Order: sequence, then structure tokens, then C-alpha cells
Amino acid sequence: MEGNIADMGKFIGAGLATMGLGGAGIGVGLVVGNFLAGALRNPAAAAGQTATMFLGIAFAEALGIFSFLIALLLMFAV
Amino acid sequence: MAVSESGAPVIDPMGQFTVGPLFGGGDVGSFLTITNSTLWMFVAILAISALLIAGMRGRALVPTRTQSVAEILYTFIRSMVMDILGEDGKTYFPYIFTIFIFILFSNLLGMVPGSFTTTSHIAVTAILALAVFISVIVIGFMKHGAGFLKLFWVESAPLALRPVLALIEVISFFVRPLSHSIRLAGNMMAGHAVLKVFAGLLALLIYSGLGILAILPLGLMVAITALEFLVACVQAYIFAILTCIYLNDALHPSH
Repeated sequence: MEGNIADMGKFIGAGLATMGLGGAGIGVGLVVGNFLAGALRNPAAAAGQTATMFLGIAFAEALGIFSFLIALLLMFAV
Repeated sequence: MAVSESGAPVIDPMGQFTVGPLFGGGDVGSFLTITNSTLWMFVAILAISALLIAGMRGRALVPTRTQSVAEILYTFIRSMVMDILGEDGKTYFPYIFTIFIFILFSNLLGMVPGSFTTTSHIAVTAILALAVFISVIVIGFMKHGAGFLKLFWVESAPLALRPVLALIEVISFFVRPLSHSIRLAGNMMAGHAVLKVFAGLLALLIYSGLGILAILPLGLMVAITALEFLVACVQAYIFAILTCIYLNDALHPSH
């Protein structure tokens, strides 16, 4: 076996950090799902709210991207 | 794709993000060195100029195809700015349009095989986001003076809660440039790395003589490429709309 304990911790940490992206997936799914549920009830109002939906997606996704960043930092910067 | 000593293809998903000098080898010497990143930014600027200047040259009443693309982009961003910022947002439309179209073209040019995605680097997106962040602060204080600080003092909340909310608001205000830049860079980087990993899988399958199994992943690869085009457009849109929202805070700080 080659490598050392610090590298092992780094890789395990990076792997664990990517789990946060699952949360982003759940968040984006909730936003779009609820948007669709509302849009099908009142299709006339849907067009005006797509910008709000994209905003919601962006905010939900940002926190997942943070964990992706942590993974990248662990892999390449630590 | 790189090939190892035994002839097997090597998957190097992060290699495509390497910044290097365009002329001559070695490291990036100073910030004046012309790198592949610089080259593709220039290509983006040239493509934008070609679309907007050459495309609009005719100014025909019935637009040609190029002219209508330019017009659609223009009116799309204009209506977005007007919706969010209102009438006094007109002043900031050129800025937001510039940001949008530069990011859109950088993202889309990054999808050209063998090209370099400038927006996949946090250094590039952080400058764009910091410019927005600083202009929000400057515009806010210029327009409202100390009244801009009302942004952090939520007057609709109960008095006891306001200091706590103020703390949260301040933190979320200063996290903005971080999330603003990393959202774009992270999306582009992750997307391109995924494309490269899938391409590497296909190459490995074909190399090991299992080419028949590669048909399904190839279809998936095409689908992911299409998704990447969607992400390229949506991320440019999201960056622009968030710029609008942040500028709206500067123009109308009271909740």
C-alpha cells in the first residue's frame, strides 16, 4: 500500500462532501415540482413566475455547489 | 485524449481546465501573459460583436435570422430588467446585458470541442461577481446614503427579532459574491468534468474491445451534452437575474 493517512482523510472527506449535492438535488426537485403543481392548477399565471422558479433553483443549488467546492478544495488545495 | 504507456486511454477530467501560455511553453509568467483563457475571452468578444454589430447592420423591419437572434436576446434581457428593477433600472440595462451576453457566449463557446471554458474558472467569475457586489454597495450608498443600511434592519419583523435578523442579513449579504461566482464556475466545471468522464468511459470500452456495449453510454453522452447546452444558457440567465435582484436591493433598500 502506498500513500499516507492524511491523503486517505482527504479523499474520504472529499467523498463525504459530495453528499451535499444530493441535498441540492432534493431542493431543486422540490422547487420545480411545486412550481409545476401550481402551474398546472393555474396555467395562466405560470409564465409570469418562471423567473421566480429559476431564482429558487439558483438558491437551492448554491448550497449544494458549496459542498462541491469543499470537495474540490480538499482534493486540490489542502 | 491522453494515452498511457500501454496504449490504454487515460481519463483526466480536470486537465481541460489548465491555464497555460498560448505562445511558448512554461508557466504563466505574469498577468500580462496571453493564455488560452485570454484567447477564448477574445473569441467571445469577437462573436458578440459580430452578432450585435454585423447582425444589426441591416436594421430591417422584417429581421433576418441573425438580426432576430440579436433582437430576441436584447428584448429578453430588457424585459427582465424592467420587471425586476422598474423604470429606474433602465440605467443599469447595458451593464446587465453585457454581463449576460459575455457569460452566455463564454459558456456556449466552451461547448466547442477542444475549446477552453473561461467561466469554469473561479478567478473569472469572481471578478464578475465582485464587480456586481461593489457596484451594489456604491450605488446603494450614493442613492440612499446611510438609508442603505435599512437593508439589514427588517422593519416588518418584531423589534426583539430585528438584531438577530440583522446579523443573518449581513452574513447573507457578504456571502453573495461567493455564491454568485461559485454557482457559475461550479456548474460549468462540474458539467465539463462529467462530459470528460463519460467520454473516457466510452474510450476505455472501445479500447478493451467492448465497443458494442458503448452504444448506450454514447446515447447518454449525447443527452448530457444537450443538458450542458441548457445549463450554459440557464446559468447565464441566472447570473443576470441575480445581478438584477442585488441591484434592486441597492435601488430600493427598504423591505
